[in-house]
Amino acid sequence: MAKDALMDYDKALELFEPVLGFEVHVELNTKTKMFSHAPNGFGSDANTNVSPVCLGLPGALPVVNEQAVRYSISLGLALGCSIAPSSRFARKNYFYPDLAKNYQISQYDEPIAFGGSVDVELPNGRLVTVSIERAHMEEDAGKLTHVGGSTGRIQGAEYSLVDYNRAGVPLVEIVTDIIYGAEADAPELAKAYVATIRDIVTSLGISDAKMERGNLRCDANISLRPRTPEGEPPAPLGTRTETKNVNSLRSVERAIRYEIQRQAAILADGGTITQETRHWHEDTGRTSAGRPKSDADDYRYFPEPDLLPVQPSLELIEELRAALPEPPAARRRRLKAEWGFTDLEFQDVVNGGLLVEISETVAAGASPAAARKWWTGEISRVANVQGVEASALVSPGNVAALAGLVEDGTLTDKLARQVLEGVIAGEGTPQEVVDARGLAVVSDDGALIAAIDDALASQPDVLAKIRDGKVQAAGAVIGAVMKAMKGQADAARVRELVLERANS
Amino acid sequence: MADIIRLTAAELSEKLGSREISAVEATQAHLDRIADVDTDVHAFLHVSDSALDTARSIDERRASGEELGPLAGIPLAVKDVLVTTDMPSTSGSRILEGYMSPFDATVVKRSREAGLVLIGKTNMDEFAMGSSTEHSAYGPTRNPWDLGRIPGGSGGGSAAAVAAFEAPLALGSDTGGSIRQPAHVTGTVGVKPTYGAVSRYGAIALASSLDQVGPVTRTVLDAGLLQDVIGGHDPFDSTSLTDIWPSMADAAREGARGDVLKGLKVGVVRELSGEGFQAGVQSRFDETVALLQKQGAEVLEVSAPHFEYAVSAYYLILPAEASSNLAKFDSVRFGMRVQPEGGGTVEQVMAATREAGFGPEVKRRIILGTYALSAGYYDAYYGSAQKVRTLIQRDFDAAFAQVDVLISPSAPTTAFKFGEKLEDPMAMYLNDIATIPANLAGIPGISVPIGLAPEDGLPVGLQIMAPVREDARLYRVGAAIEALLEAQWGSTLISRAPALGGK
Repeated sequence: MAKDALMDYDKALELFEPVLGFEVHVELNTKTKMFSHAPNGFGSDANTNVSPVCLGLPGALPVVNEQAVRYSISLGLALGCSIAPSSRFARKNYFYPDLAKNYQISQYDEPIAFGGSVDVELPNGRLVTVSIERAHMEEDAGKLTHVGGSTGRIQGAEYSLVDYNRAGVPLVEIVTDIIYGAEADAPELAKAYVATIRDIVTSLGISDAKMERGNLRCDANISLRPRTPEGEPPAPLGTRTETKNVNSLRSVERAIRYEIQRQAAILADGGTITQETRHWHEDTGRTSAGRPKSDADDYRYFPEPDLLPVQPSLELIEELRAALPEPPAARRRRLKAEWGFTDLEFQDVVNGGLLVEISETVAAGASPAAARKWWTGEISRVANVQGVEASALVSPGNVAALAGLVEDGTLTDKLARQVLEGVIAGEGTPQEVVDARGLAVVSDDGALIAAIDDALASQPDVLAKIRDGKVQAAGAVIGAVMKAMKGQADAARVRELVLERANS
Repeated sequence: MADIIRLTAAELSEKLGSREISAVEATQAHLDRIADVDTDVHAFLHVSDSALDTARSIDERRASGEELGPLAGIPLAVKDVLVTTDMPSTSGSRILEGYMSPFDATVVKRSREAGLVLIGKTNMDEFAMGSSTEHSAYGPTRNPWDLGRIPGGSGGGSAAAVAAFEAPLALGSDTGGSIRQPAHVTGTVGVKPTYGAVSRYGAIALASSLDQVGPVTRTVLDAGLLQDVIGGHDPFDSTSLTDIWPSMADAAREGARGDVLKGLKVGVVRELSGEGFQAGVQSRFDETVALLQKQGAEVLEVSAPHFEYAVSAYYLILPAEASSNLAKFDSVRFGMRVQPEGGGTVEQVMAATREAGFGPEVKRRIILGTYALSAGYYDAYYGSAQKVRTLIQRDFDAAFAQVDVLISPSAPTTAFKFGEKLEDPMAMYLNDIATIPANLAGIPGISVPIGLAPEDGLPVGLQIMAPVREDARLYRVGAAIEALLEAQWGSTLISRAPALGGK
């Protein structure tokens, strides 16, 4: 893969205005699939969660999952959309082996929800309203694994395996209007937008919303248009690319920044942007060309004749509207007050996309301060190093348990970090890691006193200083004792005992 | 027991109920008949090897005093478009040769539950595309009235099986006439129920918005008995109606008792006569109109001005839907797989398989449908066709505001000779001119035999159409006409069919 030329980000923004658009796919966590009774589950053996419908067997017919329709309406309402009194499914026809019927049942010109907006808060405090063009229902495709060849991609593979467990999983695709005016905040806006959608679907309880599992997927469209002198009409929109395979919040931000720099370099050099999908590579932090995409792609859409129009009653819509959870922005205001965080502390949480994790950790019994400290501190640091989402590393329940062990004196902060490392490594719950690694604080005074007496005996000059009232000299003894105890002692208690033994 | 095969399902039902005949005897008689004549007729693609076991278990259940439905123990032939777990389902196509479905079509499931004995799978035009069974990948079915002629299509196998006394009952599917036109040319009865009256689950789709499963029999009553078994709501088919249906068999019995024709308002569709309609077909139809009038029916001519566009619209909607429905036959998950020489990409394997597995008529319609749905052509073709469809529905609405039923010849000609229309797709398509409008509007239609055309001595059918959901009306009127004609003839029409198999 040839390395792309990149323009300095600030320079790119000087010359061009980034224009954005997002398509976010949300997998709904219904019990069964969109059009069949096959289970909707993750992690099962290949081709076990299937039925004649999702395998596209001759004679099979789709039936709409009512729960998926309810979830889609709730999501539409939470996005401020109008709900269509009648919407229709359509067939999107194209041949691909992960698509059992060689058409995808989707919605085309009559989506279930349209015309909404969401408020997105950026790390710098800026509030951007993103207009939602539509949210429509569709089914997911199966999963291909390409075997042989070096890249795991279809090119060069010897053969490919198909798993239809995901085929027919209910999806809602949320499509934004074109977003102008993001300017230099474009990468942050992209990340914050996806985080907001994630917060919304999580609060609705309609999706597991784990980006690393593909429950939430963002296709980011971006184009650049040259700036024109003031007073002149704006330049026409540039050619866009659609970046896929962006499976973490952090990647969304990085991918947008990368595309801005890449496109700017090409345009400034007099080149043209190819309209295509781009694949994001988490490891290299780059995008690579996917298949060319033109507006003339012909999917031969037509209304799905096997399904009736979806016509939710007004009563149902109002019932779902009344049951909507608090909107994320209001929820953020409430939580900030409840948790007593400063602006800066709260901003850290929001920017880290950790609101849900901290809420759940507090719900599991931790203090808000402890929950924030762990999630924005050590866990985020490890996540950053490993290049994964913090939420993928450890469960809120385990974080709360860890905080509890510190609270009750079983662990020091330093020990707790070792325990966290064990939990992340999959060694079990914090308590199990403490037991297995023998990491608990030594609270047996006898053992401590023996170590202190040894240390005092080997440092008679220090002992003399302490006896002279130079209490700060105790530090050297405390250090030696802590070292002898391999850190598994409460430093405050050691200090108390050192003073006691020195003066006895 | 040679007479068993001549019994109607209703008669057989009585003799089974009184234990005069056992299900094993009934099944064996039909298996013998198949062995006897099907080499000539070729109505079956597959004959069940478990039919006698099924029959035996029905006899045992009856012997143990279990209450069984009226059709328990009666053999049933199943069009190969319907998937079955115990016999291959090919839809007449090479691409599905030997395909075993892991599930039964709903109508098959219901038939089994009602104790019917599935005796075999019947031949058809490939994927139900055709009016002669000449497009079957497994060779044509021959018309029992004249083995040199077509049995109609696409369900020629089911109609011929019933006409040749190889089965008293059969299941068919009708997308543009595939039940009614074969009934017309074989002197049998065929019903296309209201769209949604019978489940499509397990019917290998041709055109989803037009397909409807229905009965193929020798009498109207038998058709009613079969529709009572297969009809009704199916949660596995979203387009299935949730109506509670009256008994079609009861409606047929009521019709046969007489009286229903008196005062009945009957509309003769002006556009379904004249040019293109064979003289003998027209004369038998005219005689039937006169008979109806004599019985006190009020006959008036009605116009359906948009019917002239029906065939054109149909041949856009059907290929469009078919091109998408048939996309699943790609060799990835089931069915035939053809590897191009030296391997090939998945696209190349798909293409090679479809090239080898589909016949020319299927390819013709896939290409037509793909074109009609393409960006830039959609509005002009598929979009316009849907508008015509609406106009035809309005024609029917206007007609049914004036009359109770509409009638026409079921097809413009009697059975034609093999090869006669094979090189001229348009001529073949036009044979469905009378039946297509009912599919476009979703209304029910029946074809009942009304005599033989004088010039060729071949059967002619009368098509009766009723408003949506008024299937029972068809059975009442159809049975009344059937009873009148049989009284006039002194026998059934089918009894005049030539003997087969040298017996």
